[in-house]
Amino acid sequence: MNSGATHSSPIVVVTDLIKQFGRFAALRGVTAEFAAGKMYGILGDNGAGKTTLLRTMAGLNHPTHGTVAILGQTKLREVCGMIGYMAHPSLLYDEMSGMENLRYFGQLYGIGDEESCRSAIRAVALDPDLERPVGQYSQGMRQRMSLARALLNDPKILLLDEPFSNVDLRSAREMVALLAKMRDAGKTIFVVTHQASLLEGAADEFVWMEAGRIVSRTQTFEQVTSETSGAGR
Amino acid sequence: MKKIFPILGIITLALLSYALYEALVAAPTERTMGDVQRIFYYHVPSAWTAFLLFFLNFVASIQYLVRRKPGADRVANWIVLAIAAATCIAAYVVPLPEGVEKSSVATTGIAIAGIYFLIRKLFPGERADILAVVTAEVGVVFCTIVLITGPLWARPVWGIWWAPGDIRLTSTLVLWLIYIAYLMLRKFSSGGNTALIAAVLAVFGALDVPLVYFSIWFFRTQHPQPVIGGGGSIDPRMMQVLLINWLAFMCFAYLVSWSRFRLEVLKRDVEQAQGLQELMETRAR
Amino acid sequence: MSVTRATLIKDLRLEWRSKDAINSMLFFSLLVVVVFSFSFDPIAEESRRIAGGLIWVAFLFASVVALNQTWARELRNQVLDAYRVSPAPANSLFIAKALGNFIFVCVLEAVMAPLFVVFYNLRALGPAYQLLIVAPLGTWALVVNGTFFAALSIRTRAREIMLPLLLFPISIPAILGMVSATTAILSGENSARFYIVLLAVYDVVFTIACLALFETILHAE
Repeated sequence: MNSGATHSSPIVVVTDLIKQFGRFAALRGVTAEFAAGKMYGILGDNGAGKTTLLRTMAGLNHPTHGTVAILGQTKLREVCGMIGYMAHPSLLYDEMSGMENLRYFGQLYGIGDEESCRSAIRAVALDPDLERPVGQYSQGMRQRMSLARALLNDPKILLLDEPFSNVDLRSAREMVALLAKMRDAGKTIFVVTHQASLLEGAADEFVWMEAGRIVSRTQTFEQVTSETSGAGR
Repeated sequence: MKKIFPILGIITLALLSYALYEALVAAPTERTMGDVQRIFYYHVPSAWTAFLLFFLNFVASIQYLVRRKPGADRVANWIVLAIAAATCIAAYVVPLPEGVEKSSVATTGIAIAGIYFLIRKLFPGERADILAVVTAEVGVVFCTIVLITGPLWARPVWGIWWAPGDIRLTSTLVLWLIYIAYLMLRKFSSGGNTALIAAVLAVFGALDVPLVYFSIWFFRTQHPQPVIGGGGSIDPRMMQVLLINWLAFMCFAYLVSWSRFRLEVLKRDVEQAQGLQELMETRAR
Repeated sequence: MSVTRATLIKDLRLEWRSKDAINSMLFFSLLVVVVFSFSFDPIAEESRRIAGGLIWVAFLFASVVALNQTWARELRNQVLDAYRVSPAPANSLFIAKALGNFIFVCVLEAVMAPLFVVFYNLRALGPAYQLLIVAPLGTWALVVNGTFFAALSIRTRAREIMLPLLLFPISIPAILGMVSATTAILSGENSARFYIVLLAVYDVVFTIACLALFETILHAE
């Protein structure tokens, strides 16, 4: 099941993770190990628990039962400096320009220099000198700037929730190429998306979730499509 | 447990009836105020009961907060013991204001610590939060009685409904406001953090109370106001009636709190069972 | 510390740019003063007695309007999540927000106070310099709890009404202190010293309480 992680310990270990919101169980006992330096596509229908899983890994939700260990640490506050998180809302201030946003968020991570901010913006193919406030960006530009914010602290682990939604195809493909480059550089990347086809060829593993559990993990997208069409009831 | 309830109910009913008789018929009539004074037997015990309930709420809220981290729990235990010790020592070393007995101060200190550890033992985990809800709700009821009986008593006797400088009545009003806000916060809270944010508010409220008391106390020295409820000593026979009424009120408060507590426990058990059931079933597509 | 400074500067800069909040609040404050001057006849001698109370009630309402938008920008686009995910300490955010509100409300007071003096022909018969101590102490008392309760209210359904509901009861000792101190100074009849001490104690107690509990509130779900 877990390919090629025999030489090092897994970077993320989820043990019997249960998350309940009142009566509704978003996660019903997720157990998995994820190796470092790979890109994982987390797929599934709405309500499958993908976003909840990602948010729990980011430390935004607290598990009802079970644990999430990142870099061997269950107290996620200790390792949060090494995690980058991106969600569907942009997590940026609409009234500030891209550089101003990144300069501020850099301060939260103790990053004081201009060059880190500029290179993060350049990495997502945007112009650091653009004075326009982020609120006036197109959706695709905003998603990319949000990704730049997630990359600012050069995190070991990237948690991306629907990074390609409302993004045009060409920009989305460029983002995937960028993520693949980062994965090759050693980052571990988790991408929650509805558009699994975008990750074709780039992701190392596809994790399929249904009703709060992981139902299968496959190497290729074809296997995913065959599973879903075969398992359809 | 269930068997004792009806017995206690009967005892409480008997006590309340007896206390009613004592207060309205048997107790001596007050010299200056006349029969109106009898409302005192409802005003004062309600106040004592309300304050006790709010104190329990405060302890339960602190318990809930410190239990989230094991280190904090231990620190809190030591702090409570230190406060109790300091109170006992201070009772015998520090000159006390007039009319305050050394032994009662020391006993209060020990009682506070005793209550803290008793609650810690009897209400583990989530039950501290349930205790907090229950004591807040029942406390507000008794506090409302205090605020209604106060003006009703004041008007015929002192000629005014309310005196803002009256330290006891105004402090009670502020306490009532804080706990109404507490109950509203609990009601309007969205998401699973109700217990936590309510506990935080209770702590703020508790910190506020002494400040309220002192601010009004000083206000009074600058603006002399009539003291509603009178001061000074009480005829021992009246004190007896007062204590009987207090006992009856406490039994009643206990009964009501206990029922509410059981209700809340059942409610949460049902929710938990439903959650568990949701968890277990695999949803068919 | 740098996080506090960066957050404060960012908030001030954003407010300076849009000026929505400050403009509407200034206008609201003016309206409050005018309404009060119609409701409470400024000519009568009683006005000096109640002016202390009136001015602080006006400040209280104006500051609630300011406090309600403390976290508005952070809630848009879920920016607060970005903060929670970062290693930045929660208290730095709190202090920055509280200071920002403090500056805001002081600006409002600086505008409203002269208006009150004008409408009510106020003159301080007591030591006027003490007003410069009472005002910041009283303002901080409102702002520190207000910023904290604004964060608490985020997790409730009726957000805007929840803030004053929580703030007013807890602030009663501070309000009493502010009003009595101001009245004492304006009328010259009593010493405001005790109330100044009361306000100082209130500020210390609740600043510590807010700093102790903010992290818990921010990082709860």
